[in-house]
Amino acid sequence: MAQLQEVSVDKFKHLVSERALTGETMLLNMGPQHPSTHGVLRLLLELDGETIVNCIPDIGYLHTGIEKNMEAKTYLKAEVMSDRLDYMNNLGNNLVYCMAVEKLVELDVPERAQTIRVILAELERINSHLVWLAAFGLDLAAMSVFLYCFREREIILDIKELISGQRMMTTYIRPGGLWRDVPVEFEAAVRNFLKIFPKRIDEYEALMTKNPLFLDRLVGIGVLDPATALQNGVTGPMLRASGVNWDLRKVRPYAGYEQYDFNVPVRSEGDTYARYIVRIEEMRESLKIIEQALNRLPFGPVRSDNRKFVPPPRSELGVSMEALIHHFKLWTEGFPAPDGSVYQAVESPRGELGVLLAGDGGAKPRRCHWRTPSFDNLSVLPKIVKGHLVADLVAILAAVDIVLGDIDR
Amino acid sequence: MGVEQKLGNMGVVTTTLETVVNWSRTNAMWPMLFGLACCAIEMMAAQASHFDMSRFGMELMRASPRQSDLMIVAGRLSRKMAPALRLLYDQMPEPKWVIAMGDCASCTGVFNNYALVQGVDEIVPVDVYVAGCPPRPEALIHGVVTLYEKVKGQKFVEQVKA
Amino acid sequence: MRATAIMDKKLETIVQALQEHFGVTFEEFRGEIHVFVMGENIIEALTLLRDKYDFELLSALTAIDFWPQTSPRFHVIYQLTSLARNLSLQLRVALDDGEPHIPTAVGVYEVANWRERELRDMFGIVPDGHPDLRVLLLPEGWEDKHPLRKDFPLGYEEVQFTFNVDEINLRKHFAKE
Repeated sequence: MAQLQEVSVDKFKHLVSERALTGETMLLNMGPQHPSTHGVLRLLLELDGETIVNCIPDIGYLHTGIEKNMEAKTYLKAEVMSDRLDYMNNLGNNLVYCMAVEKLVELDVPERAQTIRVILAELERINSHLVWLAAFGLDLAAMSVFLYCFREREIILDIKELISGQRMMTTYIRPGGLWRDVPVEFEAAVRNFLKIFPKRIDEYEALMTKNPLFLDRLVGIGVLDPATALQNGVTGPMLRASGVNWDLRKVRPYAGYEQYDFNVPVRSEGDTYARYIVRIEEMRESLKIIEQALNRLPFGPVRSDNRKFVPPPRSELGVSMEALIHHFKLWTEGFPAPDGSVYQAVESPRGELGVLLAGDGGAKPRRCHWRTPSFDNLSVLPKIVKGHLVADLVAILAAVDIVLGDIDR
Repeated sequence: MGVEQKLGNMGVVTTTLETVVNWSRTNAMWPMLFGLACCAIEMMAAQASHFDMSRFGMELMRASPRQSDLMIVAGRLSRKMAPALRLLYDQMPEPKWVIAMGDCASCTGVFNNYALVQGVDEIVPVDVYVAGCPPRPEALIHGVVTLYEKVKGQKFVEQVKA
Repeated sequence: MRATAIMDKKLETIVQALQEHFGVTFEEFRGEIHVFVMGENIIEALTLLRDKYDFELLSALTAIDFWPQTSPRFHVIYQLTSLARNLSLQLRVALDDGEPHIPTAVGVYEVANWRERELRDMFGIVPDGHPDLRVLLLPEGWEDKHPLRKDFPLGYEEVQFTFNVDEINLRKHFAKE
């Protein structure tokens, strides 16, 4: 069905230097299958020897049509798609989608659900940073870091499995609250993680932070100044590594983040090493948030009792006719949302994750656009790799922390 | 359980060439380091410390298709990626096997839309389908063991014909 | 039209300035301000907001398709964020059916480069003056197919159930060695 296409250099004429047309510099294809492109990213490199003259990213190899598919489902059912967008931040995607739906239909969330949401979102942030650190280590030939990080990631996945039965695509956060309350073992499991993990971060740091080989690969590589970063829509740890203190959890608190005491790590160097340090520090800050949230975890319901939007719990179905009707109505035809659009953003592990949700008065969204941070963070790549070596490109790309599902959608 | 138990007093084993070749194939099968989407993370987890797929002879993930004999299609396959996937498959040396890991690779799971190839069996012939979204690492390992069972029963005659 | 009391005081002055310069209209929904700008004014409006009112970040650039309504059929959306003032503002350009065009915003925000290519891919809204208008997300040869338009079908394959799976598998193209 699909055919390979011949592509001539004429198509890229305006993007490469004149020396490429005379054959003085070399055009090299990197990807879509390459071990250090973190998925199916294709980069077309113009090389002068081993120095990068130009870099042209080609994305779309994982274009899934999620935005189109969400338009064909009701609000409750479309949520399963959101897990699979940025597959390192499943609960964070659920969170932003649910917040958008709640904003659109004006739904309140109970306090306990908000607190559990914060705990889960921060666990997911650590999870994402762990996988990032693993892949980052792997790209810089630090294989042991990969093995250590995946060891700790299993603890987080066990917690997710405990609460929802799934390791990755949980769809645990639902519009109006959570799918169900967490089991009693949840608190002990999270406390156990809080006890173990700080020492493990020290372990990673002992391997990497002051390692001279590591410093040689990272310090002064891929410097991004704040003005260029903002022009190109860069957000998240990458922006904070460039010296801009912008964290949506602090400046526009959502889900009760204003109640927690935590710092936003900022570095001014803007290089690859600064991005590494910022993410390591963020893991420590996330631990602080989780601990505070766990200490103040209130009792109460975990989902709104507004039956027009939230399906009733299973236990009510056998005893209440009304609950049965609501259950049937919500899962077959869904609930109507007003004709209007909302934009809701949260701070994902990669940056500003926003969803623009437009209702059309019916049960299905008119449009669900995902403003994904990796998309813009990657678009700045050609500007920061110029003049570096190919080996540095691998380090820079790893430190940008792209997730292809997040880029291509 | 090893070759010692079959040796007996004589120090001699009689078997067929087919059995030996298939046995050796199953114990050093090198998968290609090739992830598409979410399932690739679980494939990494299967390789990493907790699950350790090298117990099954998969010590190495080869980044080059020329050096690998198993392709694990881990994730959804877009129409833009499909020609590249077929090219990679064609570059692998015979004999080669394909595992479709996850619902998206098997039948596109929750995504029935314009952008995805509806099952990678339209692009490459698949030997084992692993269900799950994403499958647990144990499920992937079970898929691999299932593939080994298949490989152990392969006949040379059939391979020549194909 | 006057800004309502709910609207942030800081945003109110900005919206008033836009009204003076470009005669824009606006609507408010769930506490968000959507300012409707004419297509020919959008670049000036963005430049004004960036330079005078510190909207440094173009968070999102996308569109909504209102098909079967044809006039306007599309709303192109510019979601702006000001870091210095901690404000958000949404600009909208309404476009009719046919061959919709907008002037490119790459000169104001470089992030618009990929976002506008995506817009061309997905909706067929052509950004005039864009420096590099190749297909971004879709495969080669999809220049005239725009999947996120409402009149584009969602899938291309029939859904398989137990009763029709055999029939579909007979027709389906399976790969050979």
